[in-house]
Amino acid sequence: MNARLYYWQRMTAGLMVPLIAVHLVTMIYAIGNGLSAAEILGRTQGSLIWGLFYGGFVVAASVHAAIGVRTVIGEWFGLRGKVQNAFAVIFCVVLLGLGGRAVVAVVM
Amino acid sequence: MTKTLQVSIWRGGADGDYQSFEVPAKANQTVLDVVTWVQRHADATLAYRFACRVGMCGSCAMMVNGEPRWTCRSHVSSVIRDGELKLAPLANLPVIRDLTVDMTTFFDKWQRAEARFHPSKTRHDEVPAIKPDTPARKMADAAVECINCGVCYAACDTVRWNGDYLGPAALNRAWTLVNDERDAGAKQRLAAVSGTGGCYNCHSHQSCQVFCPKALNPTRSIAGLKRAGLAAKS
Amino acid sequence: MSGPRTHFLWRAAMLHRISGVLLAIFLPLHFLMLGLAIRGADALDGALAWTETVPVKIAEFGLVFLLAVHLAGGLRILVLENFQWRDGQKTLAAAAIGVSFIVAMLFGLRVL
Repeated sequence: MNARLYYWQRMTAGLMVPLIAVHLVTMIYAIGNGLSAAEILGRTQGSLIWGLFYGGFVVAASVHAAIGVRTVIGEWFGLRGKVQNAFAVIFCVVLLGLGGRAVVAVVM
Repeated sequence: MTKTLQVSIWRGGADGDYQSFEVPAKANQTVLDVVTWVQRHADATLAYRFACRVGMCGSCAMMVNGEPRWTCRSHVSSVIRDGELKLAPLANLPVIRDLTVDMTTFFDKWQRAEARFHPSKTRHDEVPAIKPDTPARKMADAAVECINCGVCYAACDTVRWNGDYLGPAALNRAWTLVNDERDAGAKQRLAAVSGTGGCYNCHSHQSCQVFCPKALNPTRSIAGLKRAGLAAKS
Repeated sequence: MSGPRTHFLWRAAMLHRISGVLLAIFLPLHFLMLGLAIRGADALDGALAWTETVPVKIAEFGLVFLLAVHLAGGLRILVLENFQWRDGQKTLAAAAIGVSFIVAMLFGLRVL
């Protein structure tokens, strides 16, 4: 971990504090009405706000999780250097891809 | 019948083993007393380090029942577990023999962290008047009593998991110098502590603070370095 | 894996790390499930029906706890690193875990 990675991990963490708070409240509220596609899509479909909210959430979470996982595979699994960084980049790209697809799926 | 302690002590190098001794129990006995008794009365070949025996020199640290401690000021009564004492060489450092470890890496990292004073004046300049109650001096003073015993280094998980990590002691000392207005090495020091093995690897477990025999708080110092490092970059 | 006596703040740090790893594993699965809606609402409904069982609901409760505890623990670290040091980190860590559990219970009571 160096200053740059640290900065981006803490920065995305800070960005996600309000996002997670909203997400948790939404989940606690939504789960009471029973979980169904109609319930979810009724809220998110066609909504620019939810699109931006979850889109930003996906980007922040992908960067944050990738840097975090990078530290764990370095410290607990002994992977270092190019392999460690490649693993982190791939994981970030996978999350961005799947996450972006999920946002599109529920918003469009 | 004198009471005795069951003591197992690591013997040999990295692939050695524990050897058991029965040591007479005495009132107010320290772990260093126990080790010294073994070396003098049971086995003269036992290798261990001590010097001042009063908590100033930092020589006597070792693992006591799995925890790093300074043995000269650890009373047996406070560290004994189920009537047993298990003594091993300080963790995270190569074993030389028995209870002695090679401290080279510990002190190399001290240098790599630029945890040494860079003078800015000569003897011909006026002596700077350092006020003891400025915020910076207070922060330096709170961290400056380190005796380089290596206990924090042995306690630190990040040191164990990351060979590059400079460690709590070196970074703690670097922090005292960041706060020393006489020091001229700020730029290279912040670069040294912000790099690959630097302060940003610290996960704030606070094991260093829990075990420091001088009640220092390297986690707090390292948090200060994290802020200073980011401020320098912006 | 454990270091010198696994004191409370060490345990809090491990909880933070493990919750992060588990969330990182869960996230792609979560995205895959939501992505089913790309095929239409029915595809998503099919998958959601699977989540109606008690073991899954307990897992959901667990995930909410992991998210809350990772957030709360992370907030403690963000404060520790960016502001003046405050003592009482053990109390703060305990409070973070406590509040997270309450949040998870709020979810748990509604999901069952």
